[in-house]
Amino acid sequence: MKVTVDQDKCVSSGQCVLNAGEVFDQRDDDGVVMLLTVSPPAEQAENVRKAAAACPALAIDIEE
Amino acid sequence: MSETLTQLDIPEYPMDRDARCPFAPPPQVLDMGTAKPLSRVRIWDGSTPWLITGHEVARELFADSRVSVDDRREGFPHWNEHMLSTVYKRPRSVFTSDAEEHTRFRRMLSKPFTFKRVEGLRPAIQEVTDDCIDAILAGPQPADIVAKLALPVPTRVISEMLGVPYEDHEFFQHHANVGLARYATAEDGQKGAMSLAGYLIDLVKKKMEHPSEDAVSDLAERVNAGEINVKEAAQLGTGLLIAGHETTANMIGIGVLALLENPEQAALLRDSDDPKFIANAVEELMRYLSIIQNGQRRVAIEDIEIGGETIRAGEGIILDLAPANWDANAYPDPDKLDLTRDAGQQLGFGYGRHQCVGQQLARAELQIVFHTLLRRIPTLRLAVPFDEVPFKHDRLAYGVYELPVTW
Repeated sequence: MKVTVDQDKCVSSGQCVLNAGEVFDQRDDDGVVMLLTVSPPAEQAENVRKAAAACPALAIDIEE
Repeated sequence: MSETLTQLDIPEYPMDRDARCPFAPPPQVLDMGTAKPLSRVRIWDGSTPWLITGHEVARELFADSRVSVDDRREGFPHWNEHMLSTVYKRPRSVFTSDAEEHTRFRRMLSKPFTFKRVEGLRPAIQEVTDDCIDAILAGPQPADIVAKLALPVPTRVISEMLGVPYEDHEFFQHHANVGLARYATAEDGQKGAMSLAGYLIDLVKKKMEHPSEDAVSDLAERVNAGEINVKEAAQLGTGLLIAGHETTANMIGIGVLALLENPEQAALLRDSDDPKFIANAVEELMRYLSIIQNGQRRVAIEDIEIGGETIRAGEGIILDLAPANWDANAYPDPDKLDLTRDAGQQLGFGYGRHQCVGQQLARAELQIVFHTLLRRIPTLRLAVPFDEVPFKHDRLAYGVYELPVTW
């Protein structure tokens, strides 16, 4: 799995960290998404899919 | 069908709930949702925007950049006369701006609401909750859950986050509620909004001189840096304050009632120590109750083909959260409160770029308050017959005016 995020689209909802805190973080100042790992391990895959589905700004892309 | 016939068939919106099923969305809205995910309704000014009742279509439109929240555009379906008459008096805000302008406002507000910042607040929320429950247990019976728990917890939390002194909370509650009444007159709403805006302008000015660790100080710093003006800062602060106390308070009040009416579900929540179960239970309560009634208002800026219909550029769109959350295609047996179902995609916080800024804070508050209350007062029960509980049919945020309980 390969993950990309679009920081311009991000609206700082925190849904990515809620669903997959091992893969996503938020900038302290404005809550914008930070990707911690581009290729998350298999056991994180389901959480990453949930994060992408929950992101209200459609700012997370997954290549399976 | 001829244009004339179509015009006559269009139902009036908003619709009334069935008094016998006060947790359910209005039956007419549910019927419309069963037939089609979107249909036309007629609102107070005679215009006929689209009402979105389907879960999938609502999610798509919430996330569609061809759908605008700009209430100054022709065709925008205003809530009431007050909102229309003040449209050019209200400065642009996070609620009424699109695209880059919205992103700029939104990011100014996001700092205190990141997932981690809110996680860090949990001990403080727990303490406020325990204080309130201590006071309930020490006080007379019956006790009103709304006055003793639902209002003070979020008010204290948001006031501290913003840096608003707690002693001003009654002032806020009063002025915040005046303008939100379903058919607020232009005068009522304006008075409330003006008082709040005035107070916040003074507070921003104070924090520009004497900043501390709070959200209004963050906004004041942006004013000092020349990024926004004092009025914009006050408007953003007012929005946070109103959104931060009234909505969560309503969700706590009516959520406790829903749990009391579903004792087997309440028992599941009381007996769980699993943070994931508790978190999902709150999502399911949000799905079941969708307290923001009368719809999220938008206007199409291009033609949009969706759900077998064409929404034309310039046509109003009303995304109604409650029927979308009771869409049987998304949630089988939607009229059942089932804390064990996966309610992860519930739309109670909206969706898209304008999804609730304070959602992580609201989640933390609701998770702590419901679980702690059920644990600490396991014999909690309603002190009046169910049909005597006064519901907020006339408010934009649904809930109960009071909830007398005993134990």
